[in-house]
Amino acid sequence: MLKQTLAVTLMNLRAIPQRLGTSSVIVIGIAGVVAVLVSVLAMATGFHQTVANSGRADRAIVLRGGSQAEVNSSIARDNLLTILDAPGVRKDAAGRPIGCGEIVTIVNLPTIDDGNLSNVTLRGSCGQLAALRPELKLIEGRLFEPAVRELIVGAGAAQQFRGVTLGSRISFRDSDWTVVGIFSSGGDAHDSELIADVDTVQSAFRRSLYQSVTALLDAPSSFDAFKDALTTNPTLTVDVKREPEYYAEQSKQLTKLLNFIAYFVGGIMAIGAMFGALNTMYSAVSSRAREIATLRAIGFGAVPVVISVFAEALLLALLGGALGAALAWLFFNGNAVSTLGANFSQVVFRLTVTPGIVVSGLWLALFIGLLGGLFPAVRAARLPVVDALRAQ
Amino acid sequence: MGNIVSLRKVAKRYTRGKEVVEVLHSLDLDIAEGDFVALMGPSGSGKTTLLNLIGGLDRPTEGEVIVAGEHIDRLSGAALARWRARHVGFVFQFYNLMPMLSAQANVELPLLLTHLSAAQRRANALTALTIVGLADRARHKPSELSGGQQQRVAIARALVADPTLLVCDEPTGDLDRRTADEILGLLQVLNREHGKTIIMVTHDPKAAEYARRQLHMDKGALVDGQQVS
Repeated sequence: MLKQTLAVTLMNLRAIPQRLGTSSVIVIGIAGVVAVLVSVLAMATGFHQTVANSGRADRAIVLRGGSQAEVNSSIARDNLLTILDAPGVRKDAAGRPIGCGEIVTIVNLPTIDDGNLSNVTLRGSCGQLAALRPELKLIEGRLFEPAVRELIVGAGAAQQFRGVTLGSRISFRDSDWTVVGIFSSGGDAHDSELIADVDTVQSAFRRSLYQSVTALLDAPSSFDAFKDALTTNPTLTVDVKREPEYYAEQSKQLTKLLNFIAYFVGGIMAIGAMFGALNTMYSAVSSRAREIATLRAIGFGAVPVVISVFAEALLLALLGGALGAALAWLFFNGNAVSTLGANFSQVVFRLTVTPGIVVSGLWLALFIGLLGGLFPAVRAARLPVVDALRAQ
Repeated sequence: MGNIVSLRKVAKRYTRGKEVVEVLHSLDLDIAEGDFVALMGPSGSGKTTLLNLIGGLDRPTEGEVIVAGEHIDRLSGAALARWRARHVGFVFQFYNLMPMLSAQANVELPLLLTHLSAAQRRANALTALTIVGLADRARHKPSELSGGQQQRVAIARALVADPTLLVCDEPTGDLDRRTADEILGLLQVLNREHGKTIIMVTHDPKAAEYARRQLHMDKGALVDGQQVS
C-alpha cells in the first residue's frame, strides 16, 4: 500500500508543472490568506509585546480604586506621601522613596505620514524619573527641568510625529514647550510618550490631582506588603498592581480585537481560497482522469489515489502558506505603526512576525488544502474507470 | 486446454435517465487458455462492454463471469482490483501511458503491486521492453516516442507482471497500417511463442486475421464464430 501510495503521489507531483496555471491558483490564493493572517497577528503581537513589556515586576502602579487606566484615575496630592511611605518602597541614597505621582494628558501632534493631528500622551513625571525608570535612556539632550516648559520625547514618538526633534518647540495649552531630550525605553509603551515635569504639566493643564503613583519596590517580593499596606489603609481607596500586570490588562482588549480581525478576515478569505483549491483540484483530477483510471485498471487501489490527491493539495497549500508568511515577514516584520492605546493616545509599536504566527499561518494553509482536496479526492476514488479509460 | 474465460447467461443493462439500455443479452462464451480471440462488430454492439466484464473492469447485471477460475462477478471492488493486478494485462487504444514517467517506469507500474524489489522490478521491466523491441528506449518519455513505440511500451506494461490473459481494446485503432501490422505481429508472437491468452476488440478485419478465432457481435449478442488457422 505504501509503495503504491508513494508511486501514485510522486506521479501526481511530477505532473504539477504541466498544470502550472491551475496549480498556482491554490498557491496564490492561500498565500494571500496567510499573508493577511500573519500580518494582522503580527500587529496584535507587536502591540501586545510593546504594551505588555512596559513594566518591571519590582515596580507598582497605584490607581484610584476601580479605575481601569491612568486616564480615568485620580489620586489626591495629600496621598502621595502616604503611598510612598508604605513598606516595600525602595529608598535612594538620600533615604527618599523612589516613586512619582504622575499625570497623563493628551496633546495633538501632526504625523510625519500625512500631517493629520493625532493624540500623543504627555506624561507629567517627577525628578526621580531616572531612578524610577532606569530602562529609560536619554539618547540625545538632557532631562527636563522642573518649573520650565521643557519635555523629553520618546524615540517612537519622534519617528511618528513632526516637529519633535531636539531643540524644537511644540505649542499646546497656549504656550511653547521645548524639546530638550530624546529618550528610548527599549520599545515599550513609554517610547510613544512625551514626558515633562509633573507640576509644570499640572499647572499648564490646571489640574491639582495626580492620576497614578508609580513606586520602585525593594524587590518583586515586596509587592504584597506594599499592596496590603495601601489597600488596608482606611484613608486610601486605591488599586495596586504590578506594572506588567497593569500593562498586560491595557493591551488585552486591542490584542483580542486584532486577533478577532485576523481570524475573522482570514476565515472569510480562507473560504474563498478553499473554493479556489477545490476548483483547482477538481480540474487536476479531471485532467488526469484517464491516468487515474489506467492505474485503477492495472490494479491500484482507491486509497493511494485519494492520498495522492490530498498530498498534491496539501503540498500546494503548504507552498502557498510559506509564500504568504514569507511575504508578510518581508514586507511587514519590524515595520513601526501606531494605534490608539488605552489612554486614547497613539502607541507606537512594531509588527512582529514570530515563529508561532508563521506556524499558525501554515496550519491554516494546510486546513484549506485539506478541505480543498477532500471532495476532489473522493471524486478521484469514485471515478468511473470504464468511461475514463476511453476519454481522449 | 481448459477454458480460461467462461460467461454464463451474462446480461448488462445501463440506465440512462428513465431509459434502460440492455447492452448484452444473456450471453454465453468460453475462451480456452492460450487462445487469441478477436471480438468484432459494429459500434454499440457491446464488444467493449464484454471485454470490460472479462477484464474485471465492470460487473454484469445478471449471469456469471468466471475468469482464471474465479467468479469475478462476486468479488468486492478491492478484491477485484487485486485480481486484475494478478491476472490481467490491459492494452488500450490510446496507450494510456503516464506522460511524466519514462518507458521503463511506465512498464514497472504493475510491479509496484507485487513484492518484487526495486532491482527486480527494473530487471523485469527491461526484459519486457526487450521482448517488444524497445530496450534502447527505456529512458524515453512517451512524448519522445512514436505511436507504435508507445503501444509497444503499453504492451510491455501489460506483459511485465506475467498476467493470465491480455485484454486489448482496439490496440491498433490509433496507428497506421504498417505500425498496426507490427503491433499485431507482436501480439501474435506473444500468443504463439509465449502462450499468452489474448482477447482483442477491433473494428479492423485485417487486425482480426491475426487472431486464432474471430467472434462477431451485434446488438449485444454473439452472432457467429470463425476459427482462423
